[in-house]
Amino acid sequence: MVGITAFGAYLPRLRLARKAIVDAHVWADPALRGKAKGERAMCNWDEDAVTMGVEAARHCLDARATKPEVVYFASTSAPFADRQNAGIVATALSLSEEIASVDVGASQRAGTTALIQALAAANGGLYEEGIVIASDKRHTRAASNGELAYGDGAVAMTVGGDGVIAGLRAVHTATVDFVDHFRGTGQEFDYGWEERWIRDEGLAKIVPPAIIKALTKAGVEAGHVAHLVMPSTIARAVDGVAKAAGIPASAVRDNLHANCGETGAAHPLLMLAHVLEEHASAGDVIVVVGFGQGCDVLVLEATDALADHPKHGGVSAALASRQPETNYQKYLAFNELIALDKGMRAERDDYKTALTVTYRRRDMLLGLVGGRCTQCGTLQFPRADVCVNPQCKAMHTQEPHNFREAPAKVLTWSADYLTYTPDPPSHYGMISFDDGGRFMTDFTDVNVGEIEVGMPVRMVFRIKSIDHLRGFVRYFWKAVPARTATAG
Amino acid sequence: MARGIKDKVAILGMGCSKFGERWDCGAEELMVEAFSEAIDDAGIDVSEIDAAWFSTHYEEINVGKGGLPLSIALRLPNIAVTRVENFCASGSEAFRGAVYAVASGACDIALALGVEKLKDTGYGGLPGNLGGTLTPQWSANGSAPGNFAQLASAYRAKHKVNRDDLKRAIAHVSVKSHANGVKNPKAHLRKAITEDDALNAPMVAEPLGLFDCCGVSDGAAAALVTTPEIAKRLGKHNLVTVKALQLALSNGSESGYNSWDGSYFHTTRIAAAKAYKEAGIEKPRQQVSMFECHDCFSITELVTMEDLQLSPEGGAIEDVMDGFYDASGQIPCQIDGGLKCFGHPIGASGIRMLYEMYLQLQGRAGDRQLANPSVGMTHNLGGSPMSNVAAVCIVGAYG
Repeated sequence: MVGITAFGAYLPRLRLARKAIVDAHVWADPALRGKAKGERAMCNWDEDAVTMGVEAARHCLDARATKPEVVYFASTSAPFADRQNAGIVATALSLSEEIASVDVGASQRAGTTALIQALAAANGGLYEEGIVIASDKRHTRAASNGELAYGDGAVAMTVGGDGVIAGLRAVHTATVDFVDHFRGTGQEFDYGWEERWIRDEGLAKIVPPAIIKALTKAGVEAGHVAHLVMPSTIARAVDGVAKAAGIPASAVRDNLHANCGETGAAHPLLMLAHVLEEHASAGDVIVVVGFGQGCDVLVLEATDALADHPKHGGVSAALASRQPETNYQKYLAFNELIALDKGMRAERDDYKTALTVTYRRRDMLLGLVGGRCTQCGTLQFPRADVCVNPQCKAMHTQEPHNFREAPAKVLTWSADYLTYTPDPPSHYGMISFDDGGRFMTDFTDVNVGEIEVGMPVRMVFRIKSIDHLRGFVRYFWKAVPARTATAG
Repeated sequence: MARGIKDKVAILGMGCSKFGERWDCGAEELMVEAFSEAIDDAGIDVSEIDAAWFSTHYEEINVGKGGLPLSIALRLPNIAVTRVENFCASGSEAFRGAVYAVASGACDIALALGVEKLKDTGYGGLPGNLGGTLTPQWSANGSAPGNFAQLASAYRAKHKVNRDDLKRAIAHVSVKSHANGVKNPKAHLRKAITEDDALNAPMVAEPLGLFDCCGVSDGAAAALVTTPEIAKRLGKHNLVTVKALQLALSNGSESGYNSWDGSYFHTTRIAAAKAYKEAGIEKPRQQVSMFECHDCFSITELVTMEDLQLSPEGGAIEDVMDGFYDASGQIPCQIDGGLKCFGHPIGASGIRMLYEMYLQLQGRAGDRQLANPSVGMTHNLGGSPMSNVAAVCIVGAYG
C-alpha cells in the first residue's frame, strides 16, 4: 500500500494579531469588530511560497532521509508564472538534477491534487518516492475577508510504498466549475462571491457526495471516520458537510484559524500533518478534503509507523515558533499594499540579474553549495579554483560541499539603519561555520538587540532582493538565530 | 629584497581644493582648483609634466571612465594619463604610480591627482556598489558604516570591552578630529563637538552614530613628484621625500578562511610592517611624529592605531582616552581634521593626507602647525574590514 511516508511543516515566525487588522479598518466596517480574535501567520518581507516550501521540505526530509525522484510544488501564489517553481525548490534542496518536477496551481485544490498525483505515480510504480510541497502566501486587498482569514504557510510530504505512516485507501475527485472566487491572469487580487451561496450551493452540495463515493471505494463506513480534515473559512460549514456525509461531528478537526489562518493550497495538507502528529493513531481513518472547482477527497489510514515519526519539524513546532506582531503597517509594507517612500537607496535593487551567472552558480546561489579542498580539507564558500587556506592555496582541488545544515556562529555583526531593507535596521555580519568556512551574510527574523558575537545561527532560504522593474525574485540563504533545534 | 623607494622621490608641489558640499562646481573645476595650487607650488610649467596618474572611485556619478577626464580638464600636453581605482585607497594608488614612474627614471616629473564628486547623487552617504554580476546575488547588501561597525562587535568580544567604554573612546576619536578641523580652512566640517554630542547622535549602524562617520565630500588633491636632484636643480630646499610606500590587499582569507577574528585589519598590519622596514623605522611609537589615519569611521581609527603598531594590542582605548593622539599628544593624528572633518572625496583622500604631511613637514600648516615634525605617515584604506586595500606611506625630510 502506498501512502504518506513523512511530513514537515513551516509557518513564518511572525503572527499578526487580527485585532491589529480590525483596529485599522473598523472605522469603515463596524461589523469587523467580532473578527478581532486570534492571529494569522505572516511572512517576513523576504518570504514567499517558494521559500516557505523549501523550509517545510527541509523539515520533511529531516524526518525521512530519502532521495525523491519527483517533486511536486503546489501553490496559487507561486512567484514565477513561467519559470518552474518546483525547479527552484529542488535546486535549493540540492535534490538531484535527474528529478522529475511538477508545478500544480490554479485552484485551492492544488495541494490535494498534487498529493493524489504523487500517490498515483507511486502506486503505478512510476516513481518509488516523491515529495509533495504545498505552500501559499495569498495576496489580499487591505480590509478584505481574506486578509483576516488567511495565513501564510507551507507543508511537505513524502509519498511512497515503504515506511508508510498514512496509507491510501481511496480517492475521489469531482470537477465542477463552481466559482466561489477567481483571479484572472495578470490580476493582483481575488474576486469572491457571497459566503452563504458558497456554503449552501458549493460546499454542501459538492463535497458530501464526493466523500461518500470515496468512502464507498475505500469500503469504510462514514461513522468510522476518525478525522475529517477540511479547511473552510466559513464558520460551521464543515460541520454541515460532516453531518451530510454521515461523519461524526467529533471527527471534525481544527482548521487552525485561531493561531495560523488558512494557508490556501497548503491548508488541507497542513491540517492533515497536524492531525497526524497530534491526533491520529494506528488504524484511524482520515478523510482529507480539498475544495475548489469541485473537490478532492482522500481516504487515508494511519499505520503503526506513525508513532515513530519525529515531532520536531511538524505543525505544532511551527505554531510554537512565533513572534507576535501587532504592527499592521508593517504587514502592509511587507506585502506591498502601501506605496511607501523607500528612499533612493532602494533603487539599487532594480539591477538586471545576469541569468548566465545565476545559472553557472546555481548550486551556490540556490543550494548553498561551497567547496571542500581535497588536499587540505578546508571548507570554503564560495567554491573556487584556488584554495582559500593561506597554507594550502592548491589549485583545482575542490569538491562540492553543502553548508545548508552546517552549524555556524556569529563572528561580527551590525544593525544598519542606512542600507535599504524593507525591515530596518538591516542586520548583517560575518558568520563562521563550526567545521570551516565563513562569509558575510544577511540575518533575518531577528529582533533589534538580539544578535551577539558567538550566537549560533541556522541558514534559511530567503528572498535576497527583488528586481521590481523586471519582476525577478532573487533568492539566497540568510542566517537566523538558532532559537531551537528546528524552528526557523 | 627589493631596494625600496626611500629617498628616491621628492614632492615638488602639492595642492588641495576646499572640501565639502561643493554645489558650486563639478569634478573638472575641483581638479583645476587642486592642480593650480600644486603647479604654482612646484613652480613649473604644465609642459614639464611627463605623465599623470588619475584616481577616482565612482565613475557613474562622477566623471566616467578612463584617463581622459583629467587630460581634458587640465589640457595636459598629450601625455600618458592612467586612471586608477582601488576603492578609498585610490589616491594612494595614483601617488604610487607617479612615484614609481619617477623612481624608475622613466619620468622626470609626474602628476598624481585624485578627485571625487559625491554630492551629485541626491542623497546623503555613499552610493552602494553592486560589485559585479555574482556578488550582489549573494553577499549581504551592506553600507560602509554597517561594514565597519562590525569591527566594534569583534573588538569588544576579543578584548572584553563593554559597549559604553568603547562608545566613549570612539566618541573621543571624533571629538579630537572635530577640534582639529576647526583650524583647517579647507575642511568640510569646521565645528567642534562634545563627547555627549557624539554619544547622543542618531544611530547609523550599531554602534556607530552620526558623529562616528566621516564627511561625504566633494574635493580634489594633487601632487607633483620628481627626483631630489631635479627638485634641487629647480631651486627647492627643505625637501620632503618618500620614505616608504606599501600596499597590501586582502586575498579572501579574512572573508573565507576561519582564522581572522574580525577585530583588526590584517592588510594594514602587513602594509605597515613593510613600510616601516622600507623606511628604516624600528620603533614606530617613538619615531613617527604625526599621521593621517583612514578614519572613515571612528572605530576604524581606533583599531588601526594598533594595526600600525602605535598602540599596543588592546591598548588603543587607553591611548585615545589619554589624549595620546590629540593635537597636543605624543603622536597627533588627523591634525587636519582627517576624513572625519576635512572630508572624504574618495579618489582624493590618499593625496589629501599626504598634502597635510607635506605642509607640516615644510612648516606651512598655519594655525595647526606642529612643532618640528620629522616623520609623517598616511594610512589609506579601501574596501571593508574583511576585504580591503591598505596603503601606508611614510614621508619625511630628505636624507
